[in-house]
Amino acid sequence: MVVRPLSPHLQVYRWPLSMVLSISHRITGVGLSAGTLVLAWWLVAAASSEDAFATVQWFLSSWLGVLVLLGWSAALIFHLCTGIRHLVWDTGRGFDNRIYRTTGWLVVGATIGLTLIVWIIGFVVW
Amino acid sequence: MADVEKTLNVAVRRSQLGRARGLGAARAGSGAWWIERLTGLALIPLSLWFIASAISLEGASRADIVAWLHAPVPLVLMLCLIIATFWHMELGLRVVVEDYVHHEATRLTSLLLIRALCILAALFCLVAALELGL
Repeated sequence: MVVRPLSPHLQVYRWPLSMVLSISHRITGVGLSAGTLVLAWWLVAAASSEDAFATVQWFLSSWLGVLVLLGWSAALIFHLCTGIRHLVWDTGRGFDNRIYRTTGWLVVGATIGLTLIVWIIGFVVW
Repeated sequence: MADVEKTLNVAVRRSQLGRARGLGAARAGSGAWWIERLTGLALIPLSLWFIASAISLEGASRADIVAWLHAPVPLVLMLCLIIATFWHMELGLRVVVEDYVHHEATRLTSLLLIRALCILAALFCLVAALELGL
């Protein structure tokens, strides 16, 4: 392996929006993977027995469970929005500096807005 | 001399696509990249549908879930969601590991574990959904 000089690392930079969104897309992706295991637990419990299902429902309605659901829904909506942005980039569009920043803030706004809407509807239905 | 010419020709005659195949960080070319996009695209409507379903299933009993999955449309969408989710998840986690884990043995072990976990979880979910819905 050739030892080459390294460029200064991440901590010397101010964090622009693009950097925050980029790494958040990954972090939420990894987080959602963990959340998916909760979905697996829920489905398998529902298919197994009344007791197993009661346990998972008890967890999901506990404060920790609600926190997990809140984080999971926000992460899913964020990853969905940045994911759509990525798909548009894959067609070669949206790289213009101004559009790039606009869609970035759009993602932030949409995530907060949609998460709020989902939880407000959730509470109304409850 | 003749041998050298032969190998040179073989190399030159390969198309750019042919040369790109089998390369990349995972040595698997662009196939994984493409499927990650396709599953991502499929997951846009599927996740929105799932969020709506989750809201409508608030406080549902097991019987409610059975009744919900018993109709063909929710069951099929659920199966699609499970397959697309775990496939997308495997490909996504794979890229993260390939980018950040540089030690060869650790990298290979993580990739195998991720794949095993995704396949197992997907099968558990598929069987559970079918058992509830059929």
